[in-house]
Amino acid sequence: MSTASVPLPAWINYGVIPLLNLVLAFFFSGLVVWAIGENPFEALQLLLIGALGRGEGIGFTLFYTTSFIFTGLSVAVAIHAGLFNIGSEGQAYLGGLGAALVALSLDHYVPWYVTMPFAVFGAALFGAACAAIPAWLQAKRGSHIVITTIMFNFIVSSLMNYVLVRVLIVPGKMAPETRTFLPGGQLPKLDWLISMFGGKLGAAPLNFSFLIALVMCFLVWVLIWRTRLGYEMRTLGISPSAASYAGIPYAKIVMITMLISGGLAGMMALNPVMGASARLQIEFVGGAGFVGIAVSLMGRNHPVGIILSALLFGILYQGGAELSFDMPKITRDMIVVIQGMVILFAGALEYMLRPAIVRFYQQAVGGK
Amino acid sequence: MSLDSSNEPAIELVGIDKRFGAVHANKNINLTVAKGSIHGIIGENGAGKSTLMSILYGFYHADQGEIRISGKPITIRDSQAAIAAGIGMVHQHFMLVENFTVLENVMLGAEGGQLLRKGVASARRELKRLEDDYGLEVDPDAVIEELPVGSQQRVEILKALYRGAEILILDEPTGVLTPAEADHLFKVLRVLRDQGKTIILITHKLREIMAITDTVSVMRRGEMVATRKTAETTVEELAELMVGRRVLLRVEKGEAKPGKVLLSVRNLTVKDSRGVTMVDDVSLEVRAGEIVGIAGVAGNGQSELLEAIAGIRKPASGEIFLDGKPVAGVGPAELRSLGLAHIPEDRHHMGLVLKFEEYENSILGYHRDQRYGRGALLDLDAIRKDAEEKIAKYDIRPPNPRLRTANFSGGNQQKIVVAREIERDPNVLIIGQPTRGVDIGAIEFIHKRIIEMRDAGKAVLLVSVELDEIRSLSDRILVMFAGKVVGEKSGEAGEQTLGLMMAGIAA
Amino acid sequence: MDYFDILISILGSAIRLSVPLLFTALAGLFSERAGIFDIGLEGKMLASAFASACVAYWTGNAWLGLLAGIGISIVFSLVHGFASITNRGNQIVSGVALNFVAAGLTIVLGQAWFNQGGRTGQVPAEGRFSSIVLPGADAVRDVPIIGPLYANVISGNNILTYIAFLMVPVSWWVLYRTRFGLRLRAVGENPGAVDTAGISVSWLRYRALIVAGFLCGFSGTYLAIAQSAAFINNMSAGKGYIALAALIFAKWKPVPVMLACLLFGFLDAFANFMQGKSVPLLGEVPVQIFQALPYILTCVLLAGFIGIARPPKAGGVPYTKER
Repeated sequence: MSTASVPLPAWINYGVIPLLNLVLAFFFSGLVVWAIGENPFEALQLLLIGALGRGEGIGFTLFYTTSFIFTGLSVAVAIHAGLFNIGSEGQAYLGGLGAALVALSLDHYVPWYVTMPFAVFGAALFGAACAAIPAWLQAKRGSHIVITTIMFNFIVSSLMNYVLVRVLIVPGKMAPETRTFLPGGQLPKLDWLISMFGGKLGAAPLNFSFLIALVMCFLVWVLIWRTRLGYEMRTLGISPSAASYAGIPYAKIVMITMLISGGLAGMMALNPVMGASARLQIEFVGGAGFVGIAVSLMGRNHPVGIILSALLFGILYQGGAELSFDMPKITRDMIVVIQGMVILFAGALEYMLRPAIVRFYQQAVGGK
Repeated sequence: MSLDSSNEPAIELVGIDKRFGAVHANKNINLTVAKGSIHGIIGENGAGKSTLMSILYGFYHADQGEIRISGKPITIRDSQAAIAAGIGMVHQHFMLVENFTVLENVMLGAEGGQLLRKGVASARRELKRLEDDYGLEVDPDAVIEELPVGSQQRVEILKALYRGAEILILDEPTGVLTPAEADHLFKVLRVLRDQGKTIILITHKLREIMAITDTVSVMRRGEMVATRKTAETTVEELAELMVGRRVLLRVEKGEAKPGKVLLSVRNLTVKDSRGVTMVDDVSLEVRAGEIVGIAGVAGNGQSELLEAIAGIRKPASGEIFLDGKPVAGVGPAELRSLGLAHIPEDRHHMGLVLKFEEYENSILGYHRDQRYGRGALLDLDAIRKDAEEKIAKYDIRPPNPRLRTANFSGGNQQKIVVAREIERDPNVLIIGQPTRGVDIGAIEFIHKRIIEMRDAGKAVLLVSVELDEIRSLSDRILVMFAGKVVGEKSGEAGEQTLGLMMAGIAA
Repeated sequence: MDYFDILISILGSAIRLSVPLLFTALAGLFSERAGIFDIGLEGKMLASAFASACVAYWTGNAWLGLLAGIGISIVFSLVHGFASITNRGNQIVSGVALNFVAAGLTIVLGQAWFNQGGRTGQVPAEGRFSSIVLPGADAVRDVPIIGPLYANVISGNNILTYIAFLMVPVSWWVLYRTRFGLRLRAVGENPGAVDTAGISVSWLRYRALIVAGFLCGFSGTYLAIAQSAAFINNMSAGKGYIALAALIFAKWKPVPVMLACLLFGFLDAFANFMQGKSVPLLGEVPVQIFQALPYILTCVLLAGFIGIARPPKAGGVPYTKER
């Protein structure tokens, strides 16, 4: 008999299996480290110390975590409605334009806490706008959202290239970026958070958007599990036929879900643009949108899981940067390998171990 | 030729047994089919006919039992082995590549070499020969998706013959055909038989069995209950064997007091996604305080009728009135607010989201109600309290609103749906197969609730393929056949009368 | 330069830019017609570019480089198959994962082996595919119109370019004239039809992926040791996705795939040419428009505004026989 239908207890489904998949991903990543002549265990140790050893390291780690929470939430919200949004990267990129336009217009006149709500709105609005066309194409014309969101990543990339090189560039400068925002257009650093635990933030760019990210986690949790809309999204995501029986409008839910998803991705831009560099730079997203896919898959599309897996990737990004100083043979791009392995084992091969575990479990239970 | 060989068996199945998890699909099946005959296998949906044939075609493997072809025991590991043993199958859902030509479809898997060119030429010749021999004319260069359904089916038959099939299995072949196409198919099948081919015809349509088969076997709930020579049996006997005498407690039910018309359907026509007319110009009325039952063999348009009334399927033409208001084309959410409740035929696909917890399913379709929350938010405490009340009132077990719906038994799952729809206190209740896959205790319980609805002055429209259920609940019975309402009888109508109407023989 | 010379030079560069797209799109053609979505084209291209550059650098033999490029690309294809065919995993997720693995691994290994910030060493001339002058190219150069076209567009390319364009009729022939092609097209539309005909769906799809890996190996090799002389960080730069767009734009058919790749290659070449130039009446046209155009066109096509792009029906759905 097939093992696919055998129910497993939650602690195996949500605990043991993801953990084993993660172990496999790290095992293969470790092989790569070993293959280039370094000791994987030593590398792991250096990585952890780099990410968590000092206040500044933790600050960087949480800075990366912030970005990944936003993009992870973006991917997760779409998945709950059965949609695979690969466009978080582009949506975040365009969101940066929204945030920057708000910051550039207001930073002369008002303090940051007045700018912030407008910037959050602007970033979300631009991110949502970027998701709107793929959403409409899926809802009304049946075009595959995976393909259209990929296309939009590139369209946005060209658009932003144009905007930065031709429009927003500071006259006379070479770098394709906006002017530096005044403090009224910046999000404050969270020194107090780190010093609460006795550390020093130093140069780390951990900023207020970390708190916004946590608020968004809560709001997404409320949306998915506590609102009528979230109920409709989940119904559609699990069973389109039950959704049609219940009178849940397909096109409307697809549109709303993707706008929310795009909005969350757009908000990611607050972190690097207004929180760290205080200007809009070319290619500032740097793959965080794609990391969101891994974060969401690892975190089983639940905000709490997303925080944990965003933290994991935050540690990898920061620790990887530190590691490359200590072991020059291992570049930062090792993280990208690990990320790929995590998506492969926790995502595409998520059921590989299941039959074996089912057999093992049945023996253990039957043996009693 | 067919006369001489009629005693020699083409296929023998001995003690075939197959389970899918908890479902015992085939129980110790024995069957012998004579060479050069048309053998019918009849039974209701879910009786195990398709499973048995899938085993014969190597799609599934029997847990136990033996298959013999022309007297020799043989193991059919996969479809390739079945083809090699001379078995061909025409599936209910055609296994055709829709954007391929007829020729390409016929050749697929029997190309005759690495390159297509030589094979194409010989396939063309062979198709011409088959056309001449059996009257199976199709244009070899036509693209499948542009062909009418009847021709597509002919391609399926050609595919089997091209591979040298001596035994041809047809699974519900007329389900998608017009009467004229069905007649043509029967003509072809007779020619095939006369040329010595053995044909197994799986169907739930009694009329077809009588019209074309030489012998017939009846399946019921996974068992082979009888085999008869067609000439020596009657429709009545087969209908009885098929449905079986089920021990069903007659529900206590008083006189109906019909009031004003609450649901009225006029000249309703509904087409399926392929454009085939499934409901054909149907009109009916249901009054307050009465139960109208729709009897019919599955697949005669009842499902589509229900879905159109429930707003899930858009009617092609016609009108639906709910308490006098025209509602054709109105969506399910609005219909619910107008007082229509719907217990769907298929609880797994429509009525429930199996991955949800019980309480989440207890509001499906009513999740926008005021009482389940404020504004955009759901009030989980109120929902769970409401779910617990329904669990208690309907004796749903285990009484745990936090349990995943998939982990409830069929009867309890159905009670979740029934509780949700009835407790909403609708004016009009439409019900499809209320007790399919439900244990006896739950059946009785659900039947009582339905009667209570009637006695409370609601209009109830009931669709069921269980004739006993229709007869014990309904005040009036409409019979559907081939998309049309072919007659109306009182609730006291006899089983035989209804059976003949369901078979499309009497009106 | 007069307009004709400009056109010739743009056409020449359009051909060169469309070659990697063509190999990759044909690779995607084989896997997607078999019902396996292949977002991982980008990663395969990158991995094969890296492998070919390494081997060509070490051995000084371009053909061994090509072999290595093809080999690694097939390995990636097989991993994709293991995830999406054997384990019935999500094909999109698997493709995304492989793109990351390739993007990371090429740089990590490149840095470890060559220590040049992710570049491989400079491949010597004999380890590269250099341009071939076709017979008579010099002789006809001065013939008006046809001469420059032959000498500068058709002649003077490297062997991989000719192979790429040769692959178009070959792919067409394989898909439409062989048993393998017939079965491959069938399995992408209705795997049930293939299964009931007694053919293994899994093995057929694996073979399609191997062909895809084979073709994609050429594209990476072309980038690394034909168009340039070393592997550079992320040198595929999204070409895998443009190829995917070209494949969709061509409605999953071989000859239109070639035309779409030429169109997208031409847009790229034209954008390069237009950089910083101004057009009468319009002024300076932003090059970004040309960069985005392939993607915009593909979206417009997907929306059903230019004909209907009907993807292989069974695409993206793992095949399960049991109910």
